[in-house]
Parts: sequence; structure tokens; C-alpha cells
Amino acid sequence: MESNLKTNINEEILNIEKIRNDFPILKQLIHNKPLCYLDNAASTQKPQIVIDTINNFYSTTNSNIHRGVHYLSEKSTQAFENARIKVKDFINAKSEKEIIFTSGTTASINLVAQSFGRKYLNEDDEIIVTTMEHHSNIVPWQLLCDEKNANLKVVKINDIGELLLDSLNDLISEKTKLISVMHVSNTLGTINPIKEIIKIAHQNNVPVLLDAAQSIQHIEIDVQELDCDFLAFSGHKIYGPTGIGILYGKENLLDEMPPFMGGGDMISKVTFEETTFNELPFKFEAGTSNIAGAIGLGAAIDYVKSIGIENIKEYETNLLNAATDAVKEIPGIKIIGNAKEKTSVLSFVIDNIHPHDIGTFLDFEGVAIRTGHHCTQPLMDFFKIPATSRASFAFYNTLEEVEQLTIALKKTIEVFN
Amino acid sequence: MDAELRELYQQVILDHNKSPRNFRVIEQPSNSSEGYNPLCGDKINLYLTIEDEIVKDISFQGSGCAISKASASLMSSIIKGKTIEETKKIFEKFQEMITGRLDENSDLESLGKLTVLEGVKEFPARVKCAGLAWHTLINAINKKKEPVTTE
Repeated sequence: MESNLKTNINEEILNIEKIRNDFPILKQLIHNKPLCYLDNAASTQKPQIVIDTINNFYSTTNSNIHRGVHYLSEKSTQAFENARIKVKDFINAKSEKEIIFTSGTTASINLVAQSFGRKYLNEDDEIIVTTMEHHSNIVPWQLLCDEKNANLKVVKINDIGELLLDSLNDLISEKTKLISVMHVSNTLGTINPIKEIIKIAHQNNVPVLLDAAQSIQHIEIDVQELDCDFLAFSGHKIYGPTGIGILYGKENLLDEMPPFMGGGDMISKVTFEETTFNELPFKFEAGTSNIAGAIGLGAAIDYVKSIGIENIKEYETNLLNAATDAVKEIPGIKIIGNAKEKTSVLSFVIDNIHPHDIGTFLDFEGVAIRTGHHCTQPLMDFFKIPATSRASFAFYNTLEEVEQLTIALKKTIEVFN
Repeated sequence: MDAELRELYQQVILDHNKSPRNFRVIEQPSNSSEGYNPLCGDKINLYLTIEDEIVKDISFQGSGCAISKASASLMSSIIKGKTIEETKKIFEKFQEMITGRLDENSDLESLGKLTVLEGVKEFPARVKCAGLAWHTLINAINKKKEPVTTE
């Protein structure tokens, strides 16, 4: 009865039947069970419009961009630059010069580390990250700090998986050159208080890089309102293709930064004596970009906008609450990550059953979840666990799937006890 | 339960997972090694007492999935009392079995109970789980100091 009530509430927010029809991959059976795809924090599925847009590009428009004088090259360039404008509008950047296409969040963070970091970081300087960061927001800074004899400082968290802002206040000093922090934790779902973090940082004249890989698909982001200095995200986590991502940076910062990679497209004039670099954003886009990927990302953004990020958030929160309530009822399960503000990520451990065994058993019930350390080993060390099982929900998931997950978990526990 | 899944998680494996054999520390081992699977965070510490080329005692500690724990437990039961040469031969055959490279006419007798792990060959992601204890064993026998990883 209660489940029916929730279903009705959620159906008022989104036309779930129509939405599920937009995603061809969801229609299949896995091990003879309906696919219940709950690995959305790792990668999201693609709506037909994204698949068709990429297919159409290669079928009708494909050509290299910029500098071409022929028809197809002009068409490709137009479509590519149009995708950049879509991204700019989506995150409300001031100018498309601030939107750099990369291969993904990892590449975006490495770009800042290698360009901004190499220029501004000196011996004994400090970069601040947090305990909950993904390895991709730890290792690039470690590499940089090793090279510069600089230090990485870590903002601590509490037992429910929330950042301790006091610890940031203690760490920040005149040595701090950058704070790089995830907006949302991929392992815990915690939504970090980034407005406060940015405020504290800017009071100390420290720029902030926001890793939005796990927030861009769940929360409305306005870079001007947030006033973040850099922002990174991946196309494939917001229903677009893999191999395309974004680095947003404030124009004045990007202007002062040296190029990261050298090559074609990023130059203005090359002689063997001297090279002058192209203007933004092309200065940071050496080589042929993932053109089809960028155009696919543009289509994904259009799709997400057509559903509405506020509706998505409301719907997914209902899914998370239903899943949290259901999983809490199962004896032997402990939820890892109980922050007050969360996106639709549910990490948990079960007494005496290793997450990998849970993952395999759930797979045979058609339920796809991720198990392991989720590229957050320092966070696993904090919780003193080797791994978790993680179910992460998207707006195409349903309350019936929450039930499918719950039943599969109960069956698994039965086998192992 | 699905037949393929039942093949992977046979009752023997579930039993060894629940009550692993030789799950203890040997205080003064002649050989020891640490194994680690960075993919899933599985860890194993392996202890051996080798005398006159014979494994007199073997034990392990650590954490891991049912497959890796059962594999370590079964391994310790089979290897105890075997010579180093016999151990290496069993290891090779076991490796062939879990990676699906055994030819059909192969004699599985030397593997004994280890054959319950044959189902792993259908699960490429889990082959490393079954192999971790064995790679750690070979490392301990060869007395390499670096911890072994499956990556």
C-alpha cells in the first residue's frame, strides 16, 4: 500500500514509462531477469537521442573541425562549437571561452594540476583535498607535490561521512595554493557544503576546483553563483558518451595559465624559433578533439534539460529514501554514508559477506551494482573496511527496482547464513 | 539458485568461507608472504614451515570474498605435507583449471577438492580472487620480499 502511494507520487514528478522507453538498453533481460541497472554513479545509460545524434554525425556530417573550408568541415565545426555553447549555458558560465573539452573529469583535473599547479606551486606550498576524494582528485596532486616538494593537506570527515569544515579553517594558510574538492562523494553520496568551502577559500585568496563528476547529473550548477574557479565533469555520467569531459575555468585564470599539451589546434603561429598560442579555449585543446563525443554530450544536456534537473533531484531523492528505508530493515546490513544531504547513492556492507560475493549474487538477480573501494581507498581506510557494495540510482530507476534490489539482498544473505 | 551461480558457489566453498581451515598465524614461519588484490582490496598473509623441501605446516590470515577465502583454505589443506615440487605442479594445474586452459583429458586427481573451484573459469572477474592465495604461496616459497599483487 505504502509502495503504491510512493509510486503515485513519483509518477506525478516524471513520466517514468516514457522515460524508460527512451533508454533502449534498459529493455533487456540479464540472467533471465529484467535488468535493474543501479550502477549509475560509475556510468549512466544513454537515451536514444544521444545514440542517434552520434550516429547521425558520423553518417552525415563527420569531418575534422576548425580551419577546414569545405562544407562538412564547416558543419562539424558548427555542431562542435554549438555543443560548447550548450555546456556553457547549462552551467551558466560567462563565456564559451571558459569551456574546455577534455576526455573526462580525470583529464580536467590533471590539466589544472599540470598547468595551474606547475606555474603557481612552489616548494613548501600546499594543496588541500578531503578524505573522501576519488583517486583522480588525489594522485594528480601527489604527482605535482612530489615534483615541487610541496604538500598535500587533507580535510577530515566525521563518522556519517560529512566534511569537518573546522578542519578546513585550521588547514588553510598563506601556503595554500588551491583547494580541490568533490561536490558529491561517489562512494557516500554526501553533498559537500561547497558554498561555505568557496567562501572560506576566497576569504584567504585561494581558488577552488570543484570535482562535479557526481553532482552535474543530480544538482543544478551555476558556476557564477557558486563562484568556483574551476569545475570538472565527465560526459558519460550525465547520459552522454564516454571519452568526453569538461573543464570550466574562470577566464582570467585560464588566460594566465600555460598550455598543458602542445600540438595542432592550440597554436596561433609556429616557427622553429618561437610559437604563439591560440586564444581560449583552443589553447587547451591540442590535437583533434572527441568531436562526436562533444556533440553527443550536447544532446545529453538537452535531454536532461527537457526532463528538468529539479524534477530529477526530487524523483531520485524519493528513490534514495525508499531504498534507504528498505535496506535498513534487513538485519546485518550497515549503511556507509549517512550525511544529511545526499544524492541517490547507497553504499552498504553486510556482516560476513564480502561485497564481491554480493555483487555476483545480485547480478544473477538482474541487479547491477558496483562493489569494491570505488577508487576511494583513503575513505575505505577511514571507515576501516576493504570495500562496500554501492547501489546508485538514476531518474530511469523505479520503486519496483528498489524492491528487486531488496529481495535480491535478502536471498543473498540467506545463502551465506 | 541459478545453475551457473551454484557451480561457482558450491557448498564446499560456502563451508570453507564460513569456517576456513588453517586460519591462524604461525609464530616463527620459515617462509611468509603477503598478497593483495587492489581491485577488491582482498588481503592475505601466508605462513609456511618448510623443512627438507616439504611443507610441514601452512596457515593464513586476511580478508576477502568467499572465493578467495575458500581457495586459500582449500589450498592450505591440500598443500600440507606436499613437497615443494609437488606444490608447484599442483599450482600450475590449478592455474590451468581456473583460466579454462585444461585440456579435456587432463587428470584432475591431483587437484582433489580444489576442483570445486573450476566454476571460476566462467567468471573472468573472479579468477584473480581464486588465484591470490596461490600466487602468494609461490612468492613465499621463492622468498620474494615484495608483496605480491594480482595486478
